Amino acid sequence: MEMAETNTQATRREPDVELVKTYWRSVGERLLRDRVTVGVALILAVMVSASLLAPWLAPHDPMAGSVANRLKPVGTTGHLLGTDETGRDMLSRILYGGRLSLLCGLTPVILATLIGGFIGVIAGVAGGVVNALLMRLMDVLYAFPSVLLAVAICGVLGAGITNTILSLTIVFVPPIVRITESLTTQVRNLDFVEAARAAGASHLELIRFQVIANILGPLFVYATSLVSISIILASGLSFLGLGVVPPAAEWGLMLNALRQAIWVDPVLAALPGVAILVTSMCFNLLSDGLRTAMDTRLKA
Amino acid sequence: MSTPVASTAISPRPDRGGPMQPLLNVEGLRKHFRLKRGLLGGGGAVVRAVDDISFSVSKGHTLGIVGESGCGKSTTARLLMHLIEPDAGTVVFDGDPVGGPRGVSLRELRRQMQMVFQDSYASLNPRAQIADIIAFPARIHGLGARDARDRAAGLLEQVGLRPGQFARRYPHELSGGQRQRVNIARALVLSPRLLILDEAVSALDKSVEAQVLNLLADLKQQLSLSYIFISHDLNVVRHVSDRVLVMYLGQVVESGDTRSIFRTPRHPYTRALLSAVPTTDPERRTAVAPLTGDPPNPINPPDGCRFHTRCAFAEAVCRKLMPRMASADSGAGDHLVACHMANAGSGHSQAGSAGGMSA
Amino acid sequence: MLKFIGMRLLHTVPILFGVSLLVFALVHMVPGNPLDILLPADAPKEVIERLKAEYGFDQPLYVQYLSWLGRVLAGDLGTSVFTGQKVAGDLFSALNNTLAIALPAAVLGFTLGIALGVVTGLHQGGWIDRVFSVLSIFGVSVPHFWLAIVLVAIFSVGLGMLPAAGMAGDGGWPTSLEDVSYLVLPVISLSLIPIGIISRLVRSTVLEVTGQEFAGALKAKGLRRRRILLHILKNAAPPALALMGLQFGYLLGGSILVETVYNWPGAGQLMNLAIFRRDIPVLQATVLILSLLFVLINLLVDVLQALIDPRMRR
Repeated sequence: MEMAETNTQATRREPDVELVKTYWRSVGERLLRDRVTVGVALILAVMVSASLLAPWLAPHDPMAGSVANRLKPVGTTGHLLGTDETGRDMLSRILYGGRLSLLCGLTPVILATLIGGFIGVIAGVAGGVVNALLMRLMDVLYAFPSVLLAVAICGVLGAGITNTILSLTIVFVPPIVRITESLTTQVRNLDFVEAARAAGASHLELIRFQVIANILGPLFVYATSLVSISIILASGLSFLGLGVVPPAAEWGLMLNALRQAIWVDPVLAALPGVAILVTSMCFNLLSDGLRTAMDTRLKA
Repeated sequence: MSTPVASTAISPRPDRGGPMQPLLNVEGLRKHFRLKRGLLGGGGAVVRAVDDISFSVSKGHTLGIVGESGCGKSTTARLLMHLIEPDAGTVVFDGDPVGGPRGVSLRELRRQMQMVFQDSYASLNPRAQIADIIAFPARIHGLGARDARDRAAGLLEQVGLRPGQFARRYPHELSGGQRQRVNIARALVLSPRLLILDEAVSALDKSVEAQVLNLLADLKQQLSLSYIFISHDLNVVRHVSDRVLVMYLGQVVESGDTRSIFRTPRHPYTRALLSAVPTTDPERRTAVAPLTGDPPNPINPPDGCRFHTRCAFAEAVCRKLMPRMASADSGAGDHLVACHMANAGSGHSQAGSAGGMSA
Repeated sequence: MLKFIGMRLLHTVPILFGVSLLVFALVHMVPGNPLDILLPADAPKEVIERLKAEYGFDQPLYVQYLSWLGRVLAGDLGTSVFTGQKVAGDLFSALNNTLAIALPAAVLGFTLGIALGVVTGLHQGGWIDRVFSVLSIFGVSVPHFWLAIVLVAIFSVGLGMLPAAGMAGDGGWPTSLEDVSYLVLPVISLSLIPIGIISRLVRSTVLEVTGQEFAGALKAKGLRRRRILLHILKNAAPPALALMGLQFGYLLGGSILVETVYNWPGAGQLMNLAIFRRDIPVLQATVLILSLLFVLINLLVDVLQALIDPRMRR
């Protein structure tokens, strides 16, 4: 009965599930069934709360050392994880160190997601010249390897927590912008956004009601995968002496301080790195789990 | 009005010019897309998606637009909604020009003119509940949350979906027909006067299609709507339309009263289209060859009459001169056709005789 | 193809311009005047003014930028404010040292990454897959400067097999077995991340390819295993190559941490030194050259990819 167009008309498959279930609830259920992700989330919860509760949990003052107690091995009574090169309790320092390491690792990703997400959505919704301009700007930042950029900025601005966070934020903004822009562009070209425009929605209303809800999931997954890199980079900056300044407890800094102790007690010297490794690995696995549970492909 | 209207913000707008003034009048609408040519730009080819088309929609009537895919039907719909900006042309809505200092604003136009999209799934936000999807246009036009929800529930009822059952569902939990009803409900939430239906039933099964068409007919009556019905399905267009516009490669080649177009098509393209429609009546068979080949590339439309590359009657004049829309003299006076054969002075050997070859 | 390369080159120009602008701006991010760091606080005013004029710091910014750019384009990367010598010499020998560990690490990462990815992908769900999946997660999560320390603890402190740090002779590419022994640990430390990342990518590509119908069809056609493997490799290579290009760039720029642990006199360490000496011209030149290399590597990878896979030519 129809003309040439007929064969291009795909008949849409009817949904086989008739359950009324919200998207986020089904994601949550899938996550809970994934044992690795649940385990990893638990470990992270323990680590975060342990470092938050460090003042109450730590057996010793993380700053108080004694020459007599230098470099006690792991398992020493009174110092479960031994003592560092100035006799400070390692367990207490690792607990306290978690505060700065997590702060310096998480904050840049959160900031970059907010800033980069904002820029990316603007670029995606605006399109045209605005898009081209913003994305070319990001290309320039992309031309620097991330470690190099972070080290250069921190090196110029000087060591310190604020500068660490600032430099890492600058490092993470371009990738976030890129991913947000491509997600937004994808969503923007879908019919339902056009339908909303046809209803008279302004750019702002489009972003608020149509775009955000549809890019939040994938963006969140991507951001969690950056946390792992961010924690490594932040501790790396401290390791180089460009991040957190002594005598504060921070994992990368501790690793550097114990470098010479490697000839005396290699286990002790490597210990702070274990904390970095576990945290970064947990965030990687968490990100993998979230990605699987959310099936980040846009349904369209 | 069976739907209670909760606020004046979206209450139906009164008729202004009286029944004889066209609801929509389109003059010289044009959109050319410039293809990108890499970094340096410029010099790119131009797609003449919609090339100088004019038509009008009478109040309470349905205008059908037919044509093959790529002929500019959907672009026309999007131009009317101002989803893409036209390069040229004027749109007059119930006597008021759209845009400009004294005309109706875009926002107001979109209040009075709404659109139903072809892809019922893609046109619904997958992360939103049905009631919110329907309420969204009302919300952005200033209706309160509760009122908008009430109105959405009323409209669900009106399009034949029980609010208690559907309001809190997500689009993927609905069937194609149900989703298209939701799309219609959303288009109606602002109490528009004109609805553009862009292949709105094309993706549906035949039985579901019939139900939705009946729903559309009922709604038109109840809400005194006018429709622009875009489709490639001639049988459906014939069934629902009062007037028909035939498009080919971004241009209108024939327009007129539905009955007149289907009884006495004057343009060879229209005739070819109609001959492709199967019929059970041996009396109405035609000897006109059905269309062969694909439409030429709209990037480089042929000179002269755009149809000449596929037309059985093409002559020298067709390759040189673009025919203008002119009265097709037979039957109703507003039957227009753009063909040299319909113009006695065109120089075509069959000029003037084409009327005799009734399909 | 030539057109593609031309377009791609043209695309690189504004990026390089932006990079140069940013690197230049780096100096002026320093709080205060770049000279303040070098001079004692009570330096006589005339000395400050004379030095300012000498280094051109008294000129407006855009003049400074243009003259700096002009000098860079002419091959003059500046003079170290610490040693008073031209930066280029130090920088290129350091870069050579970095390449001596980064290049082997890249080759190792690329080959092992692909091999592991293919093996685990073909034995999906088996014990090999499980073991190496855990290892590759480890590979992408491990802080490589920590890994470097652990390797030293095991192979130098514990087993006494390999030197803990430094390099034999006057550096550069190895000429004897002893030279090689200094390279082993840095190369392993650097290669682990690319191995983890590439094997994960290749594994998913392999799964995708074997999951497609044509792979089944090839099998049904009785194609030998080796041929199927070849087919899989052909599909997995372009994305792996793109990733490796990126990773190689990161190795060059990111070797600073590993170089610090092993006391390896590469570009990273030069940069580190420059930061602590507040030797801005050296820092500037190092960042410029490393990012320039990074951009060029990406360009090369794009072209290579387009050669392998015509679809990339857009």
